[in-house]
Amino acid sequence: MYYLYAFVLIAIVVSFLTDRSKTYLAFKVAFRKFIGILPAFASMLILVSIILALLPNSVILHYLGGGSMFEGVILASSIGSITLMPGFIAFPLCGILLSKGVTYTVLSAFTTTLMMVGFVTFPIEKRYFGVKVTIIRNVVSLFIAVIVAVITGIFYGEIFA
Amino acid sequence: MSLKTVTKYARGAGFIAYALFLGFSFLKDFGPGKKIGLNLGYFSLGMLKLLPIAFILIGLFEVWVKKETVEKYFGTKSGLRGHMGGILLAGTTVGGLYVAFPVAYTLYSKGADIGVLFTYIAASAICRVPMTIFEASFLGIKFSIIRLLISIPLVIFSSMLLGKYLTSRNYKIRH
Repeated sequence: MYYLYAFVLIAIVVSFLTDRSKTYLAFKVAFRKFIGILPAFASMLILVSIILALLPNSVILHYLGGGSMFEGVILASSIGSITLMPGFIAFPLCGILLSKGVTYTVLSAFTTTLMMVGFVTFPIEKRYFGVKVTIIRNVVSLFIAVIVAVITGIFYGEIFA
Repeated sequence: MSLKTVTKYARGAGFIAYALFLGFSFLKDFGPGKKIGLNLGYFSLGMLKLLPIAFILIGLFEVWVKKETVEKYFGTKSGLRGHMGGILLAGTTVGGLYVAFPVAYTLYSKGADIGVLFTYIAASAICRVPMTIFEASFLGIKFSIIRLLISIPLVIFSSMLLGKYLTSRNYKIRH
């Protein structure tokens, strides 16, 4: 994270020393784009704040812990699709789930959909790419996640073993 | 009233209702509402740390990087190499999808291929290097390697198909 800040700072300084007016223009572009997408970001934050309050870790554990593999994958990909968590929350949670006996297959479906399928990022994605493409991309990602989960299960001997 | 105006008012009403609900929850000490408020604060702070610098980089990219350069590395003619480039770029992306969308849009406006963009977006969800290291430390390196080895070809393949389909339908990203 600090490397990133340092990198951006250096980039700004170099840009400024090379061409002052271009750097001002860059800031103008950055600001305009940022303000333009801010309402969509606000929508996303509101969705995330509500969904995560409805689905605390204990609930996720309850739903992913029991039941058959099939049910587990369906539930995991559904929960993964509607929620959005930063990695530093999601992976420790996965570590706990694993220690509670949740299979790698189910965890794979959960993490991949969590990262790739975005119900809450819909307002942002729609602004850039339109409703149709957003839906296509998310559905394709959901399929990829399920395929990855099944193959992960085969590798870990949880499916067809 | 057109549909657009209706949605605009509905969204405004939604924002206000949400704000009132949060205010009420904190005043009356309503647990679930307070939880939502804390979530909002927590995630907003996380994003405020990231978004301004992400957009400054996008701004610098817009003014300094030439269209020809993007076309050469990520354009329609770049083929599989373009998709690989998209994955490498995604590896360094921070934050995830919500940062990838504006970056992808900027690349598009500089002439990147639509298929490559979808590879970039998907890869910035699943192939970010710091995140993958973190994942491996909780779920094991085997898990991460299996996940990457299976998902990357699927991502490239589906992005190529989607890109071809959208190009044939003369799809343009508008903003």
